[in-house]
Amino acid sequence: MTNSSASSYDEMLEPDGAVRAAYAGYCKWLEEQPPGLLKRKGQEAEAFFRRTGITFNVYGAEDAEERLIPFDPVPRIITAHQWRRLSRGIEQRVRALNAFLHDLYHRQEIVRSGRLPERLLKGNAAYLAQMAGFTPPGGVYTHIVGIDLVRTGEDEFMVLEDNARTPSGVSYMLENRETMMAMFPELFTRVRVREVSDYPRRLARSLAACAPPAFSGHKPTVAVLTPGIYNSAYFEHAFLADQMGAELVEGSDLRVEDGRIAMRTTRGWKPVDVIYRRVDDDFLDPLTFNPESVLGVSGIMDVYRAGGVTIANAPGTGISDDKAIYSFMPEIVEFYTGEKPILQNVPTWRCSEPEALKYVLDNLAELVVKEVHGSGGYGMLIGPTSSKKEIAAFEAKLRARPDNYIAQPTLSLSTVPIFTKAGLAPRHVDLRPFVLVSPNGIDITPGGLTRVALKKGSLVVNSSQGGGTKDSWVLDD
Amino acid sequence: MLGRSANGIFWLFRYLERAENTARLIEAGFRMALTRDSKDASDEWRSVVITLGQQAAFEAKHGTDYTGPHVFNFVLRDKDNPGAVLAMVEQARSSARSVRTGITREVWETVNDTWMILREMLARPITETRLGDVLDTIRRQSTQLRGALEGTMLRNEIYNFARLGTFIERADNTARILDVKYYVLLPSLSYVGSSLDNVQWENVLRSLAGERAYRWLNAGRMEAKGIAEFLILDGRFPRSLAYCYAKLQSNMAQLAREYGHEAASHEILRDTCTRLHTLSIESVLEQGLHQFIADFIAVNTRLALEIQRDYRFIE
Repeated sequence: MTNSSASSYDEMLEPDGAVRAAYAGYCKWLEEQPPGLLKRKGQEAEAFFRRTGITFNVYGAEDAEERLIPFDPVPRIITAHQWRRLSRGIEQRVRALNAFLHDLYHRQEIVRSGRLPERLLKGNAAYLAQMAGFTPPGGVYTHIVGIDLVRTGEDEFMVLEDNARTPSGVSYMLENRETMMAMFPELFTRVRVREVSDYPRRLARSLAACAPPAFSGHKPTVAVLTPGIYNSAYFEHAFLADQMGAELVEGSDLRVEDGRIAMRTTRGWKPVDVIYRRVDDDFLDPLTFNPESVLGVSGIMDVYRAGGVTIANAPGTGISDDKAIYSFMPEIVEFYTGEKPILQNVPTWRCSEPEALKYVLDNLAELVVKEVHGSGGYGMLIGPTSSKKEIAAFEAKLRARPDNYIAQPTLSLSTVPIFTKAGLAPRHVDLRPFVLVSPNGIDITPGGLTRVALKKGSLVVNSSQGGGTKDSWVLDD
Repeated sequence: MLGRSANGIFWLFRYLERAENTARLIEAGFRMALTRDSKDASDEWRSVVITLGQQAAFEAKHGTDYTGPHVFNFVLRDKDNPGAVLAMVEQARSSARSVRTGITREVWETVNDTWMILREMLARPITETRLGDVLDTIRRQSTQLRGALEGTMLRNEIYNFARLGTFIERADNTARILDVKYYVLLPSLSYVGSSLDNVQWENVLRSLAGERAYRWLNAGRMEAKGIAEFLILDGRFPRSLAYCYAKLQSNMAQLAREYGHEAASHEILRDTCTRLHTLSIESVLEQGLHQFIADFIAVNTRLALEIQRDYRFIE
């Protein structure tokens, strides 16, 4: 096995090469396997993914080619002890996020108290005035959240991003586990791993619990709203609808009927109680938002505000994904929970603040700079791996619109080995656990999506930028 | 179920049925062309293109140069031909993706496999050497799809809409093949009943996968009337019009039971079924086979439209 690089935390191996407790069972199993097993199984996995159609579309790619997200057969393992602490921190953060969103769309106590500058809301496209004064059914804003975590040491997990808008990737969490179990069945008899496969059932239950109270008394009808087969995450939309036993609808299947949202079925129009939408706010309702949108439903916002349908996640939750808002999360958590945050933020410089901007400009080559509204690894600068020319070009953009950027230190992300031609080799990873919120509570699936940079030394794990995924294990006690 | 999903399922099976029938038609044409001089071979290929309704598109590209490689490349893979088999399989896969929640993993994987395999096979021009392989693959994949459908799908409305797509398309394709071939083969009515070019007739049957069944039933006697009767009225042969309509009827009956009422499409269907049951081949030939088939195709098309309306396939 390759030694871990000195600078970053290797999740499998101690600096002296000894196997860490989390990986003890796995490594023992691996040693007993014939050489070439991982390679063979890896090839099988790729053929399997292509056949089953687990692909994603890359935006802007010339022929809208469907690509596979590379799957690495070495699992990412988290101990029961680590997971307990993580889930407490995640629970606290998600609780705070919902309270924060409720406050933002009501009295804005956090702004009045001076803890959050008002300018972050004013003119922010993700803040929807249409949501002001309205409380979604059950008071839930973020029905599904993905919290992106990075790790820099034994107990150092930090939140890199909150995804409260429409977190994706959960189908990979599920399929990666299925694939691992199909490839290495006996491994799962040797190492006790906590189950993730009931996520769709939990999701269905959680969404049903958020149905509009005015129409209770029957089993709520849940539908997944997809932009359609050309969307990059279409596979996931279909997968989740299928697993939940929900209808997979497109905007053209829906319309307003008698104050409800109804879908066109072969028997006529049938009301829908809960819409798990995978369509962005802006496209949700051409009457309220982008008038050009053909992906949404005309009038859905009126029905929603009148209590005729539940939209998950609630429109306007995207504001909490904003990276400038993110930088205030420690204050936000404390403000709404009265507790110290269990999970730390990555230290963040807000370029809108002159002193911070000066520091960032002086240290561009060492920093990661991101657009506050960006996502998916687009439009960012990673100082240490960028050329002088790239840095200069970015500096110009930064100077022109400092408000638009935040900066973070280049973290030495933890590594987990991947399988390469030359054997196991450490690569940087992050982790996105998935969290469900309903009036019945907060439900965290033990595991998540581990994204892994496939290039040596690379810190970019996004699948749109060539990252891969791993099965993520939480060990049973 | 969603109207759009019903539409997707219906067309998924129509496209794949059409792709399969197209492959059979080419197979029969190819066999025929091999045994003929070049003038007759060219006629044969031309009739394949006419049967598929692609004459205008073909001639826009190749003029009247009906050679084998031109025809089968055009029909199987030409990007300028929206009715090409590859385009149909692509459409079928698109439909399958859009109704992914309504079909089983086995059905989806077969459709996806078919697309992946054909995309690869049809990436470059087909030679006569490779043609057999391609056609075999299409047939094999179609057979597998039928197996997947039969063995794994719940017998509910989704299944019914799948079957409706299959049999609407199959009835249409059988009728068209019969029409074109009959025209070519029967210059005048006086030929009906007389002994004709056996090879030609065998070819009609071959393109409908019926040569063996027909021979078995008729002790090898090839005659126009018998073949027409077999392809139109014999309810035992799975590509005959009568068989397709019996299947349409049972699936529509199940829909009526499930929905608690009949729709306008049931009415149309009932009329046609009655005709197919009561007609004799003599009366068909008397009224004129071509006229009969033209009427049949029109009614079949109307039935498809009515089903789409009754079950809200589109808004």
